[in-house]
Amino acid sequence: MGIRERLSGNEAVAFAMKQINPDVMGAFPITPSTEIPQYFSTYVDNGEVDTEFIPVESEHSAMSTCIGAQAAGCRAISATSSCGLCYMTEMLYVAASDRLPITLAVSCRALSGPININNDHSDAMGVRDAGWLMLFAETNQEAYDNYLQAMRIGEAVGLPIMVCQDGFITSHAIENIELVEDEKVKAFVGEYKPQHYLLNKDEPMAVGAYATPVYYMEAKRQQAQAMMDAKDVIKKVGAEFGKLTGRSYDLIEKYEMDDAEEALVIIGSSAGTAKETVNQLRAQGKKVGLVKVRSFRPFPAEEIVEALKNVKAFAVMDKDDSFNGHCGPMFAEVTAALYAQGVSAPKGISYIYGLGGRDVRVESIQQVFGELADIAATGKTGETYRYLDVRE
Amino acid sequence: MSYNLKEELQKEDRLSGGHRMCAGCGSPIAVRTVLRALNPEDHAVVCSATSCLEVSTFMYPYTAWKDSFIHNAFENAGATMSGVETAYKAMKKRGKIDETWKFIAFGGDGGTYDIGFQSLSGAMERGHDMVYVCYDNEAYMNTGIQRSSSTPHFADTTTTPYGVAVPGKLQQKKNLTKIMVATASPMPPRPPLSATSPTFPTRPTRPSTPPARPF
Repeated sequence: MGIRERLSGNEAVAFAMKQINPDVMGAFPITPSTEIPQYFSTYVDNGEVDTEFIPVESEHSAMSTCIGAQAAGCRAISATSSCGLCYMTEMLYVAASDRLPITLAVSCRALSGPININNDHSDAMGVRDAGWLMLFAETNQEAYDNYLQAMRIGEAVGLPIMVCQDGFITSHAIENIELVEDEKVKAFVGEYKPQHYLLNKDEPMAVGAYATPVYYMEAKRQQAQAMMDAKDVIKKVGAEFGKLTGRSYDLIEKYEMDDAEEALVIIGSSAGTAKETVNQLRAQGKKVGLVKVRSFRPFPAEEIVEALKNVKAFAVMDKDDSFNGHCGPMFAEVTAALYAQGVSAPKGISYIYGLGGRDVRVESIQQVFGELADIAATGKTGETYRYLDVRE
Repeated sequence: MSYNLKEELQKEDRLSGGHRMCAGCGSPIAVRTVLRALNPEDHAVVCSATSCLEVSTFMYPYTAWKDSFIHNAFENAGATMSGVETAYKAMKKRGKIDETWKFIAFGGDGGTYDIGFQSLSGAMERGHDMVYVCYDNEAYMNTGIQRSSSTPHFADTTTTPYGVAVPGKLQQKKNLTKIMVATASPMPPRPPLSATSPTFPTRPTRPSTPPARPF
C-alpha cells in the first residue's frame, strides 16, 4: 500500500528525485519549474540525498553539465520550462546523439512573445524532433509515476527522456497523491550501470565525435531505431509499474472509445476536463470518447490509428501551434499515421487551444464535440484549422 | 620549480600522432605540452570546445586522445567539464571509484573570450577543479580568420578587413586574464596560451597592441 499525501506536481517530481537519489543535478530556475531545483537543493542541504547539485548560470549550462556528468558515468537530472527549454535546445540534440539517458522534468509553459508564464505546450513541442523520449502527465500522480519510470525507459534504449507536466495547472496545484515507499522505488529504478563511461580507468572513452557523411547517417539511423524500440520498453515498464502500484501505464489511454463516433486526441491536464465532458455527454446518450497521448516520443502511431479507425469524426487538440498555416503539430502526426495505414474514413479537424494559459472549460470541450457531431452527421469537415475560445 | 624541456619530453605523449591537424600547426604541440604536466600515473578527462583541434583529433571512428575525451559544443567546455568533474566528486563520494582523475579543458579564443565566456565564467565562479587552457590565436581560425574579442586593435581579419574607410578592427583586445582574476577563482589564472598564425597579416596604420608573452 502506498503512502497517501497531497503534493503539487513540482513537489511530487522533486520527491521522486529524492527517492531515486541520482548522482548529479544541474539546474537553473525558471517559472514554473523553479520549485523543483528549490525543493531538491533543500534535500541536498539537509542531507536527505547525497546528490551533487550544480547551481549553473543558465539552462544551456544545465544541460551541458548533465551531458558531462552522464557521459562520465552518472545519473544526471535537470528541470526546466519554456524559454529555458529553448535555450538548452542545442544541447538536447547532443544529449540524444551521444545516447545519454539524462532525465529532464519539464513544467510546460508558453514561449515568448508576448512573454507569458502560463501553460501551453509550445516549449515541449518546439523540441519534439531533438531525439528525446517525451512523456506527458494529466495529473500530479501521473507526473510522479512517469518520473519513477523515466530512468528505466531511457537507460534501456540509451536515450534521454523528458517528463512533462502542465505548468501551474499540475505543477502548482495541490492534489491528493499516492507515493511509493522508498525501498520499492529504489528496487524498481535500480542502479545505473553504463557500459562505457569517461571515468573508467580500464577503458578510456571518447564522446562527441566529428562524423563525416560516411558515418553521420548511421548514427542517426541508430537513434531512430532506439526510438522505435522504446515503444515496447514504455509498455513493459508501465505494466511492471502497475504490478507494483496498481497504476498501469501505456503509450496512450483510451477513454470511452469502444463505440465512440466522435473523439478527441489530447495531451496533458486538459484530458481531465475532456473526460468530464465525455461523462456528461455520455449521460445524454452521445457516443463520444477521447484518446490521451501519454508518450509523444515515440509517437504511438499504430495505437492511435487503431483507436480512431472506426470514429466518424475526430479533433486533435494542440496546446500550441506550428504556424504552418494549416494545423497543429499533433494533428499533422495523427493524420499522417492514419494516411500511412490507409485509414481515410474518419473526418479530422485541428484545434489550437489553451495558448498562454487560456482557460479550457467543460463548455470549451462541449463546443468541440458539438462541431464534431455536425461533421459526423453531414460528412462535411469545413475549415480544418480552428482556434478554440479566441476573440477573432 | 624549473621547467626542464629535455626531461619533460621523455614522458609518453598523451595525444597520439596520426591526427588531422595541419603540418606545422602549433595547437597539438601546445596540447602535448599541457598534457605533459599530468603525472604519468594520473587519469585524465580532456574536453575540447568545437574547434580545429576537436574536429581534427576525434574524427569518427578514430581518436588521437589516449585519455578519456569529451567534446560537447563550441560554447560550453567550461560547463561540460563542470559536469564531468562533479560526476567525479559524486562517484568518489559514493565509493564507485577511488583513483585520482584530473580535468583539462581546451578552448580557442572564440570558444573562451566570446561564445564560451558565460560557461567559463560560471565554471570558474563555482570553483570546479579543472585546468582551462585558452589557445589564443586571436581570431576565429576554424571558420577562416574572423575577428574575436581577442583580436588585436587594427588587425586585418575577414570580418574586419583593412579597408579604405575602416582600418581593420577598431576595438582593443579584451583582457580575459584580468576578468578571470576578478572571478573569485582560487588559483590565479595565467595569461592565455598565445599562438601567432602565419595567415594572420596585420597592416596597421598605427602600431597594434604588443603581442602577449609567449607561453
